[in-house]
Amino acid sequence: MTTSTRPVTPVTLRKSTGRPPWMERPSRIGLAFKVIALVVVCFLVIYPFLNIVATSFATEQEITRSDGVITLFPHHPTLEAYRAIFEGGVVTRALMVSIGVTVIGTALNMIFTVTMAWGLSRPIVAGRFVLTTVLLTMLFGAGIIPNFLLVKALGLYDSYAALVLPGLISAFNFLVLRNFFMNIPQELIDSARIDGAGEFSILIRIVLPLSKAVLAVVALFYAVSHWNAFFNAMLYLSDTEKWPLPLVLRLYVLQGQQVGVDSGGVAEAVPSIQAIQMAVVVVALVPILLVYPFLQRYFTKGVLTGAIKG
Amino acid sequence: MRSTLSPPVDASGRSAGDQVEDGQNAGKDRSGAVDLTIARHVPWSKRLRRDRTMLLLVLPGFLYFVVFHYVPLLGNVIVFKDYQPYLGIQGSPWVGLDNFQIFKDPEFLSALGNTVKFALIQLVLFFPAPIGLALMLNSLVGTKVRRFVQSVVYLPHFIGWVILVSIAQQLLGGAGLVPHLLGSLGLPQVDVMSSEGFFPWLLALQVIWKDAGWGTIIYLAAILNIDQEQYEAAAIDGANRWRRLWHVTLPGLMPVTILLFILNLGTILSVGFEQILLQRDAVGAGASEVLDTYVYIHGVVDGDWGTSAAVGLAKGVVGLAMILGANKLAHRLGHDGVYQR
Repeated sequence: MTTSTRPVTPVTLRKSTGRPPWMERPSRIGLAFKVIALVVVCFLVIYPFLNIVATSFATEQEITRSDGVITLFPHHPTLEAYRAIFEGGVVTRALMVSIGVTVIGTALNMIFTVTMAWGLSRPIVAGRFVLTTVLLTMLFGAGIIPNFLLVKALGLYDSYAALVLPGLISAFNFLVLRNFFMNIPQELIDSARIDGAGEFSILIRIVLPLSKAVLAVVALFYAVSHWNAFFNAMLYLSDTEKWPLPLVLRLYVLQGQQVGVDSGGVAEAVPSIQAIQMAVVVVALVPILLVYPFLQRYFTKGVLTGAIKG
Repeated sequence: MRSTLSPPVDASGRSAGDQVEDGQNAGKDRSGAVDLTIARHVPWSKRLRRDRTMLLLVLPGFLYFVVFHYVPLLGNVIVFKDYQPYLGIQGSPWVGLDNFQIFKDPEFLSALGNTVKFALIQLVLFFPAPIGLALMLNSLVGTKVRRFVQSVVYLPHFIGWVILVSIAQQLLGGAGLVPHLLGSLGLPQVDVMSSEGFFPWLLALQVIWKDAGWGTIIYLAAILNIDQEQYEAAAIDGANRWRRLWHVTLPGLMPVTILLFILNLGTILSVGFEQILLQRDAVGAGASEVLDTYVYIHGVVDGDWGTSAAVGLAKGVVGLAMILGANKLAHRLGHDGVYQR
């Protein structure tokens, strides 16, 4: 496959950094305007994160004194808020549920999406028919009520399976993988077959190692959606013991319920409610912020292989 | 089980597009055609046997789509029934079109009005945002700065609505930073999180913060796909940077823009379901109810299954009609749209 057949050059792979000879130098005013605009944009994105992290480390006194506004750094950072939420038990349990659902859910998503995408990446009997059934689902949805009734009828209500099974394969992610698999040179597969490899070992030993970047992006998309899943959990889990992190977050931060801390009336260093709330937000954010830098460079490639060709 | 949707290409199980992808056969139309006729003569039983491993790989996914995407479509029959959970779908009595009486309900009409209002505001404010941002990012010559800005603006896309609304509450809510700043400037300290009038704009702002950066990916790719020689030619003809933007970049972006616009129209009636559900308590149902929250509250919470399913069904049908209609329009105007004619 020569480079000219590649549909688009991913942004992050662009090499030419120099200004083409015909392009004029930017005017000073234009440059200044651009720099200011970009700094403002970046600030507006980054600042909210800094603010909640700062607030989560602030002491009660500082929050009261500053009217609830910790602008960038608390003067006496403390871990009290974090101690409080992890002692309460509710947040810890929700965190475990979220981690479990994310890990198992993503693994199942990947297994089913990869096998289907690989199976349909080559011309097989009835392949067009199956592909059409998948693509049509992108145009319509049955609606909330019929989906809810189906989950109930299948006996999945109040079980973690209800968070995983209804979204087992995303048509979009399936397309991303299928398009990528279709671009794997047929010669490679043929030569593996001549060497005696079966369909499964071709998939596992040839195809998957070649697709690491795309697999990482698709897995990230799935994992993020499980991690942030809120509506399905609210719809299908009536048992609050089973609640994942987003529902607990909603309960504590948006509905203002107090975290179950038994301070036993000892007024000594009770962290501020606001700090506790922001600590829960930070706990929910950390996994995303940890994974993000490692996968970020694959986004463009992953998104574009599936989205638009040419 | 042969598809009636695309019989000519289905006969061999491969389409013209697939053949090009096969690499070896690319550009050799003749050999491809021969391949087709041979394949047509292979009997079904033999092809099933030949492809059995691949079919086995496809089967679980296929079953998933049938069970979780097509079976619920049948569940929509409750629109014509007075659905009682203890009687089940089959046991519940038929009521004809009675459930569609809901369309006269003032609450429904208010939800519909809000939906359209929010959708239009977001179409005007949100839709152009990624294009503008992409143009700006593209104008950065230094790769390092551009990559840094890209990593920053993509990030909020991965933040869930619960976290995002919590952050918004912290910054914009009654005791938050923004009212504080407004106060210190001597302006009235408005709590935008619970202001009915500001609610549609709040939604739009949140959507822009979350997804404007992410939306630039596709536009940036489209810009990079524009032939550099066009720019060079324009520059030699004396076009300055604004002229080049107007006559080269923007026309180059048109197909993608139209495609995304059509897709947007298809989901226009599904504005911010989770986002609104999380924030409706602060402003009340009157100002915030949209079709999706209406269906959820009336159906799942209050148990008016049939009527809310009717609303959901109507919403789905309108969405589909809008995609098809917009696509038709795109074809009329000489563009490809989501699918080709």
